[in-house]
Amino acid sequence: MTFLEFTEGPLWYIALAVFLAGVVWRFVGILMLGKPTDRSVARHSSASGAIKAILLHSVPHGGNLPRTIYHFVVGYAFHLGLFALLLFAAPHVEFIEERLLGVSWTSMPRWAFIIVAEVTFAGLILLWIRRATDPVMRKISDWDDHIGTWLLFLAMLTGCFALQASNDVLRAIHMLSVEVLMIYFPFSRLMHAFTFVLSRSYTGATYGRRGVTP
Amino acid sequence: MTDAMTDTTTAKMPETVNTQAAIDKFLAVTGAHVASYLDACIHCGQCSQACHFYEVTKDPKYTPAYKMVPIAKAYKRHKAPLSSIKRALGFAPPELTAEDLQEWQELIFDSCTMCARCTTVCPMGIDIASIVAVSRQAMVAAGLGPEDLMQAAENARTRGSPLGMTQQVLADRIEWLSDEHEVEIPLDKDKADILVTVSSIEMMKYPDSIVAMAKIFNHAGENWTISTKGYEATNFGVLSGKSDVAKIMIERLTSAAEAVGAKTLVIPECGHAYGAMRWSGANILGRELPFEVIHITEYLAKAKREGKLRTKPMAGSMTYHDPCQVSRRGGATQAARDILDGFATDFREMKPTGNYNWCCGGGGGVQAMASAADLRHEVFKIKIAQVEETGADNLVSACANCRLTMDESRKSLGWDHEIQSLVEVIADHLEA
Repeated sequence: MTFLEFTEGPLWYIALAVFLAGVVWRFVGILMLGKPTDRSVARHSSASGAIKAILLHSVPHGGNLPRTIYHFVVGYAFHLGLFALLLFAAPHVEFIEERLLGVSWTSMPRWAFIIVAEVTFAGLILLWIRRATDPVMRKISDWDDHIGTWLLFLAMLTGCFALQASNDVLRAIHMLSVEVLMIYFPFSRLMHAFTFVLSRSYTGATYGRRGVTP
Repeated sequence: MTDAMTDTTTAKMPETVNTQAAIDKFLAVTGAHVASYLDACIHCGQCSQACHFYEVTKDPKYTPAYKMVPIAKAYKRHKAPLSSIKRALGFAPPELTAEDLQEWQELIFDSCTMCARCTTVCPMGIDIASIVAVSRQAMVAAGLGPEDLMQAAENARTRGSPLGMTQQVLADRIEWLSDEHEVEIPLDKDKADILVTVSSIEMMKYPDSIVAMAKIFNHAGENWTISTKGYEATNFGVLSGKSDVAKIMIERLTSAAEAVGAKTLVIPECGHAYGAMRWSGANILGRELPFEVIHITEYLAKAKREGKLRTKPMAGSMTYHDPCQVSRRGGATQAARDILDGFATDFREMKPTGNYNWCCGGGGGVQAMASAADLRHEVFKIKIAQVEETGADNLVSACANCRLTMDESRKSLGWDHEIQSLVEVIADHLEA
């Protein structure tokens, strides 16, 4: 078995299993902790409050944009770019069809890939620079924040190398870096990709009862 | 002031801090909602941009997310899903220490008014105010907390009120106010539709507010009373983290309302009292309340709609300070606007206002902490700038705690703007 066959075979399935089981375990585990029934008389619906909060907290509101514009612009550039690369980079589309879903869709052209990759890298690097230099972010950051950033950076970097050179070793290194990231994911703050729904919903529901979407 | 701050932050030796009790409490209060907050925080620090304590100091320690560190440590070491694997591999956070708790005391108590402004800016929508509230319970379990705030809670338990307003003091002051202002203030009627509660801050420092409420209820022809069985609206049990005191205060008000058969319990001009009774009361009590709980501004707006409240317009320019617990955390934001519509002839909103308004600096019991005085005076500079930007002559609010905070800060800073009570302003303009 070659290194590439190992990373695209057994290790891929192990990483996928850890990722899926870990994400479900952690997500369901949080829900299973339960929440006491709210006995106050509701002014408005908590369900609509939860939905409003999920939507509203996707964008700056309440006049806060000027104060948080760095995170808004850079954060959106990074996240949108990452999802575009994940779902529309040509090798990813091919991989998803062959190994995961059995269906494919139009991939982005090479020129678009280059632009999106540059934007995504810029976003990730700018977010990390801020984390490393801004006094507030330095105060509250821990090793998990940095490891998550660097693992993602490595996955993206090796992906670009692999695409550029179309080389088996580089492709295997990319697979390996992605698999390390997938195994790390459920144990880390990267889980915010899923837990944001919970936190926004709980706040939205609580405040929704009161007639507020903060 | 500096000495007081030193006293409250270094008074206890680490060995006298019951760290395990704090850990147990942190874990007990971490339900799914709290866990989701602790798991979702991405340490982006945007919450600092909405916090008045960070705004005036630019000290990163005041970042709201940083206030979650003690509970996050306990949760992620002991209770979080997958924490056992991380503990076995040595990746779990270290055990919470007495030194941690002592370091965070100032952040959990002195420098958080639980105004929830940080929630508005959080991309994860985390309600840090509720995290601070439960963290205070853990601090108290450990034997920590500012002594003056703890004493206020004990006064509430033993004397009925944080400011020592016993049943006798209440009765005496109501008799005095009634005679002095020639207004009927019913006390301990057998039956009434409305039970009116009072804040000891009003009764002891702004008694004209009590007179104003009486004039308004009498003007509207309501069948109302104050009760010596349950009168204190403020709940220093909630603010201090002393859950037993919180429950006692809710029980007193509930018993009094049930005894007179009240359909409505009115919370006076006090923001946190509204939150404690309206939104937490039934949860603390463990059963639904058999009466509605409304803030005095909600009552006024309703009475106006029903034609019971008839006022003459007020001349002069006015701006309104939203008490955080009434507006952003209470949802009664519109009530004050409804009252002022057509009443204030030149009403000017602050920027930002309503649910996004800046806090006065003294909510969440911070007003009662001597160690926090210098800090909250600094915070008040934000409010001064907001008010001056409107150019309004009159600054009105509907919270005696905000009023006291702002009064103390304006005197300390030499700002000569008076803070007026909305209820008093309305009472002064009642039609004959």
